[in-house]
Amino acid sequence: MTAYHGDLLTLLGGIGALLVVASVIGYLLQRRFSPDGGNTAIENLNARIQAWWAMVVLMSIAFVGGTAGVVLLFAFCSFAALREFVTLTDTSRADHWALAAAFFVVLPVQYALVWVGWYGLYSIFIPVYAFLLLPIVAALRADTGRFLVRIAETQWALMICVFCVSHVAALLLLDIPGYEGRNVLLIAFLVIVVQISDVLQYVWGKLLGRRKIAPVLSPSKTWEGFLGGTLSATLIGAGLWWITPFNALQAGALSLVVVLMGFFGGLVMSAVKRDRGVKDWGHLIAGHGGFIDRLDSVIFSAPIFFHLVRYGWSLT
Amino acid sequence: MTPILARLVGMAIVFFARFITAVRGLWQGIAPAAGRRVYFANHTSHGDFILVWAVLPPRLRRAARPVAGADYWLASRLRRFLGCDVFKAVLIDRTPSRSGPNPIEQMCAALDAGASLILFPEGTRNTTGAKLLPFKSGLYHLARNCPDVDLVPVWIDNLNRVMPKGEVVPIPLICTVTFGAPLRLHPGEAKAGFLARAEQALLALAPRKAETAS
Repeated sequence: MTAYHGDLLTLLGGIGALLVVASVIGYLLQRRFSPDGGNTAIENLNARIQAWWAMVVLMSIAFVGGTAGVVLLFAFCSFAALREFVTLTDTSRADHWALAAAFFVVLPVQYALVWVGWYGLYSIFIPVYAFLLLPIVAALRADTGRFLVRIAETQWALMICVFCVSHVAALLLLDIPGYEGRNVLLIAFLVIVVQISDVLQYVWGKLLGRRKIAPVLSPSKTWEGFLGGTLSATLIGAGLWWITPFNALQAGALSLVVVLMGFFGGLVMSAVKRDRGVKDWGHLIAGHGGFIDRLDSVIFSAPIFFHLVRYGWSLT
Repeated sequence: MTPILARLVGMAIVFFARFITAVRGLWQGIAPAAGRRVYFANHTSHGDFILVWAVLPPRLRRAARPVAGADYWLASRLRRFLGCDVFKAVLIDRTPSRSGPNPIEQMCAALDAGASLILFPEGTRNTTGAKLLPFKSGLYHLARNCPDVDLVPVWIDNLNRVMPKGEVVPIPLICTVTFGAPLRLHPGEAKAGFLARAEQALLALAPRKAETAS
């Protein structure tokens, strides 16, 4: 029983307690206001809480599995996200080999590079090699119809769904003096801060939300929800300093960056959804829509968080 | 030994189909309940039957049998194993002669034995740009010979993008299978009118993609 295990157990215990409270509240709300399942807001809330349980259990299993568990979990998240993303693109038959390569070559190679900790290659593999090679594969099929749009969509899908998501797993390979063997907690920190910010923005918005922040992109986002969620999530992030290599002030500052990136990432992904004429990316997670609906804020904050920590704290 | 192996292979195929397509069944016009049914679907890919099969609840899946061409499924040992043992296909002669078994009678016999059928009334894979090819008359003859059977239109969406004709590697994309309200032959309804009605019922299930069309 090391300090790491103690911290991890404390953290999981805390999250478990939080979810128990949420489940009880959800149950009471349902009995009081929606006994016949008629109140969609409460039904949605309960579906979300159930999905949270599943996510926490999955993450815990991955954490127990160590590097292999975490890399495989996020590789699967990337796969599911890429599947959702490509479904909504206008790629044509001529992109078949480029897309097959994206799924069955680029994605596994990126995660293999993360697994062995080859920072110099995994940080440029998709932005340089995939960026140059996949359009060549597509061009060989000699279909020039909307060619630029198609190759741009493929590259953007890879950057969002594989490159960015893989940076969550890459946190494991950072070499921070005095923090050896505890990097899993860094992932927990990032995911908790981002997700709790989403939840708190939702809650503050439901309680106090009046002024819409981006009515065209995302009608449910309000200034009250944004400010309340950002502040409270930053405070919670600062309060989690004990699981990180940071002090409380640093943890708060990094949380603020992560929360802001997550918020604006959500707006960007909403804009993409509007462009494609859909409300959710998919349907895999009850109450949450698709994988990307849940991952969008992690996607935008993970690479920034990774590089800030690497620059400021890591030896590698 | 063969039945166990066939069942395992069936499970593996359904798992693989779900992995690639995350397929979801949308029961719009009918509930997923037991009953004598003919599911008739659009046909763009070799995987069409497997997607319908994968979204049926296990109990219904075990009773569902595709109707397929004997010439294709008896051509090799592997195909025979898949067609006869795994999918339990009702194998028909696509160019029936007078001496051979009558395909409509074969289908009715399977329905009478408690099976549901999965049928592709276009007769062949649609590799044209059209959404649907004109139906062959088989569906009409089946409706006339088995009048108490529900004919359920089933639209399979997106699978043609997963594996276009001539490609061997499937691309993971999300697919849906939509089940519409069942049809029956009206008393005295003519063949052309019935087939047109069935085609319309199937086309009505296709998701509108105006916003994503190029």
